Amino acid sequence: MRESRSDRIFYMVNNIFLFIILIIVLYPMIYIVSCSFSNPRSVTSGAVWLWPVEPTLLGYKTIFENKDILTGYTNSAYYTICGTTLAVILTVLAAYPLSRKDYALRNPIMLIFTFTMFFGGGLIPTYLLMSNLGLINTRAVMIIPGALSVYNVIVTRTYFQSTIPIELLEASQIDGCSDFTFFRKVALPLSKAIIAVIALFYAVGYWNSYFSALIYLHDREKYPLQLFLREILIQNTIDAEALSKGQMSIEDMAARQSLFELLKYSLIIVASIPVLCIYPFIQKYFVKGVMIGSLKG
Amino acid sequence: MPDNKTYFYIKKWIDKNWQLTLMVILPLSFIILFHYVPMYGIQIAFKNYRAVDGIWGSKWVGFDHFIKFFKSYQFIRVTRNTIMLSLYSLIAGFPVPIILAIALNCCKNIKFKKTVQLVTYAPHFISVVVLMGMVIQILSPKYGLLNNLIKALGGEEVLFMAEGRYFRSIYVWSGIWQNMGFSAIIYISALSSVDPTLHEAAIVDGASRLKRVFYIDIPCIVPTIVILLILNLGSIMNVGFEKVLLLQNPTNTEYSEVISTLIYKQGLASAMPQYSYSTAIGIFNSLVNFFLIVGVNTIARKLGETSLW
Repeated sequence: MRESRSDRIFYMVNNIFLFIILIIVLYPMIYIVSCSFSNPRSVTSGAVWLWPVEPTLLGYKTIFENKDILTGYTNSAYYTICGTTLAVILTVLAAYPLSRKDYALRNPIMLIFTFTMFFGGGLIPTYLLMSNLGLINTRAVMIIPGALSVYNVIVTRTYFQSTIPIELLEASQIDGCSDFTFFRKVALPLSKAIIAVIALFYAVGYWNSYFSALIYLHDREKYPLQLFLREILIQNTIDAEALSKGQMSIEDMAARQSLFELLKYSLIIVASIPVLCIYPFIQKYFVKGVMIGSLKG
Repeated sequence: MPDNKTYFYIKKWIDKNWQLTLMVILPLSFIILFHYVPMYGIQIAFKNYRAVDGIWGSKWVGFDHFIKFFKSYQFIRVTRNTIMLSLYSLIAGFPVPIILAIALNCCKNIKFKKTVQLVTYAPHFISVVVLMGMVIQILSPKYGLLNNLIKALGGEEVLFMAEGRYFRSIYVWSGIWQNMGFSAIIYISALSSVDPTLHEAAIVDGASRLKRVFYIDIPCIVPTIVILLILNLGSIMNVGFEKVLLLQNPTNTEYSEVISTLIYKQGLASAMPQYSYSTAIGIFNSLVNFFLIVGVNTIARKLGETSLW
């Protein structure tokens, strides 16, 4: 089929538009990556525009010599791995029964779940609950309370409903297959894609969360990475000795300030790397998962 | 003698449902513990909560905390800021993913399309702390990219973070930058389910691609748009509180103090935590929200066929 001239112009304008969007999203990210590899002096003098100037790994070196950041990294990894495992198990356990149209308690339980999306106890009553449960300032508070998102249950449930044909269930039931067996042998193997998606969502949520740590944790050695990031990136404070350990001979305040600026850029990269590394591999799953979840939800 | 029929009936019911119930029981108790038990604590909004007395034992004071909140100078300010911030986000941010999705749907170069998707989805996964760190770096007066650009073009440096009037724009546009790609997914999926025969028929009739966008693509995704609009309008009182808290500094509280940050400050961050007062503000917020979503949904149901329930 031949394209008309107006169509050709339309496609061209459309591509230009998408290209502009691409640049708007990509440029700040490239800029930050470039800054993180540049010489501290070039960063503060504004010499960096697109590519690193006088490339160096100084920023990264300084970060990995900082004890706080290593503590935060280990803690965040621990919270993320434990939390995600627990959350995926709970979500799948909730989603499967709720996906079964022949399950007698499906509607009342679904109602109990969805109501919490619209109404909740609020900050203080939740805090009091945690305090009554003795969870304040424990590592468990970073893992357990966030371990079930009703939204993810709904997405997973919808996925089960739309990918597991009812005939399959009926046939297995005639063969005397119990619900447990069907779930283990048929439903789970068929839903690897959705499990990958919700695992990604939960992992990102755990890795990125800072607020529960802010209100529930007091000991610095339990802090997740995001809280240390908040101190450095937002509140602009850092242990002075962390900087003087750098390779440069730091005599004047300016050099020190430059190194601090550089460190922030490197820190942004280091903190986002784990998530951004996994994401492209899992992208094809999550687009599929989100689409199935949203389409018929 | 026990009623045999009832007994048989119950046994059959249990046989059929116990396995699924056993599966759901753990998540269900979880939801009840972490979402419903706190609702019991809501009563402290009507009491003078003291830790020694506990939730149940504290004295009732009726609507005192609500009245105190309505009378305080904060009331007008935080309500105004919350609504303004949400409306700004909604008006500026709601159409962007739709336009992006339509543009992506029209793109014929598959590789280019995939690249744009990969890149625009990515910022969604950056944490709020890092995002705000990026914003602060880029807008920084001395070393920031934007001020370098302004200075290179011969302008004066602007103190973006220190002037309250920029707060709303920074909040809204950083949010759009972060989420436009990800929010577009749902529209892309709606667009991909448009019946291709509609397009074929329109091509035979000589409709241009642009015409088909307006007469086929957009009408087909209107139900999705309406649902998302209802959800967004319904959560207008829920401002992205973690982000506001990070962006807040003493120079911009006039614009940046919203209901949820006030709850946090009164309840947990202050030296003299006022649990009851803070809970009362929270209830006010939840109730407004609840009625908003019900109201908006009712209107949507009256106007068209699409609604949440």
